[in-house]
Amino acid sequence: MKISIEQVEHVAKLARLHLSEEEKQEMSEKLSQILTYMDKLNELNTEGILPTSHVVEIKNVFREDKVEPSLPEDQALQNAPDRVNGYFRVPRVIE
Amino acid sequence: MLLHAHTATHPYPTLPYPHTSILLKMEYEAVIGLEVHTQLKTRSKIFCSCSTEFGAKPNHNTCPICQGMPGVLPILNKQVVEFGIRTALAMNCTIADYSLFARKNYFYPDLPKAYQISQYELPLAQHGWIEIQVDGISKKIGVTRIHMEEDAGKSIHDENITGSKNYSFIDFNRCGMPLLEIVSEPDMRSPEEAREYLLKLKGILEYLEVSDCNMEEGSLRCDANISVRPKGSTKLGTKTEVKNMNSFKNVQRALEYEMARQIQILEEGGRIVQETCLWDVDQGVTRPMRSKEEAHDYRYFPEPDLVPLVIDKEWIEQIRKSLPELADARTARFISQYGIPEYDARVLTASKFIADYYENTVKLYPNPKVVSNWVMGDILRKLKEHEEADIRTCPITPQHLAGMLKLIEEGTISGKIAKVVFEDMYATGKMPEEIVKEKGLIQISDEKEVAAVVDRIIAANPETVAQYKAGKQKAFGFFVGEVMKATQGKANPQLVNKLLKEKLST
Ligand SMILES: [Zn+2]
Repeated sequence: MKISIEQVEHVAKLARLHLSEEEKQEMSEKLSQILTYMDKLNELNTEGILPTSHVVEIKNVFREDKVEPSLPEDQALQNAPDRVNGYFRVPRVIE
Repeated sequence: MLLHAHTATHPYPTLPYPHTSILLKMEYEAVIGLEVHTQLKTRSKIFCSCSTEFGAKPNHNTCPICQGMPGVLPILNKQVVEFGIRTALAMNCTIADYSLFARKNYFYPDLPKAYQISQYELPLAQHGWIEIQVDGISKKIGVTRIHMEEDAGKSIHDENITGSKNYSFIDFNRCGMPLLEIVSEPDMRSPEEAREYLLKLKGILEYLEVSDCNMEEGSLRCDANISVRPKGSTKLGTKTEVKNMNSFKNVQRALEYEMARQIQILEEGGRIVQETCLWDVDQGVTRPMRSKEEAHDYRYFPEPDLVPLVIDKEWIEQIRKSLPELADARTARFISQYGIPEYDARVLTASKFIADYYENTVKLYPNPKVVSNWVMGDILRKLKEHEEADIRTCPITPQHLAGMLKLIEEGTISGKIAKVVFEDMYATGKMPEEIVKEKGLIQISDEKEVAAVVDRIIAANPETVAQYKAGKQKAFGFFVGEVMKATQGKANPQLVNKLLKEKLST
């Protein structure tokens, strides 16, 4: 399967990645290779087998509905590049 | 989330629905589907142990998991699954024996992981229905799917809070709150049906005690897909999505507006543009949102941090057995147990809390029809006056109401005075006996006392007496009115009638 430069640009835009022309070329080739390998895997007969969503055979891991202390305000905001009155402050996101 | 509001509004329909039909070339019907998000009433969040309490200080209910720190692992809250199963059963869904969580990817500052954990291909439940009544006719509305997901944080753009046009504030307390998304089939044919569906859905969630369903606080949110087509046609028109309808009244208003707008475009030979609109409450219009390119490309994939959810029959049956009596069953019971009309029973049981209120009052004052009249009449009117006020916080409790009804029955107060007592109870929360005593509202049933007033009124109005005796029946009402006025409405009405008849006929 071939991944075009346009497809690379589309996916890069969704992921907010800025790629140079060279990188786009490189990604197009590498992603194509990966998907070609997927084509190979697709040759296997998987009829009646559920798609694997998890590599380990575990199911139903739950926690009980119990409240534990949250982070103190200082720690909660410790990584904030900018904060005011207990809020994270970010560049305005609506026009 | 990635959509931005335009400043322009849609062209305003010249004649709002439903009056449009007067001038139309043909009759139209709407095709409406609703997507409802409801916040589940758990103590802790869906994937971490932070509290779900409403109104906490900003970012006080957050931890590395709901803040999306690298290396942390979400663990599913079992109560969320149980609430989900309860809801799915009550909405007649098939529950998946195997379901998965998925990542919905998009960038927004209130979504710290840059993905929302949701369900996509294998949701918790599918293929259900809810029955609604419109104009006395029952109709089943399909429920396409119910799935679990986490909420995002809250962004604040209000300049009064941020103090500047250049910033937005982020509060992650809501991030990771457990939500159920309930998606309907496009089975509704009018805005009224959409409102009924939403009310019924809210009623079910309240009966199940899985959500507070407070639209103003955001624990119940609703988006709609709507298109119109000539009545009788089976072809679907182009649909638009309407968001931001934050009350039941607004859902109906917004859809009526949008329906009228689409009809007008079609009547003028135009084409509907598929787009997302925001309901503007203040202006009463829908506005198109400008969607950024590729905004809907969420690139869902299975969430590797959460293991599959396998629900066996035993678990489902155990939850099925614990389901409470729901509205329809309660309606049937009210009819047989209390002997009230079906209409009354439906109105009273539409909300669990109103039905509880009714039953508690009947326990204290066992006259079901009288209680039904007061609850459906004065109590519901009072709640409506205060914009969908909650009966659970109504100052007039079942004790108040039953106490007042007893006073009427005993003859201590008249039905007319009861209205005064009722208003006072609502305003002050005082018990009826206290109000009656304080205000001296006790009915005058002493024959001598009433007779003295009657005599005085008759003596003071010789001309009217003559007219009455000459056959003017209406004059009788005048005398009743005068006696009541003279006693500030406290005279026993039966006694007044009796004495006036006696004295005027001699
Ligand atoms: Zn947390």
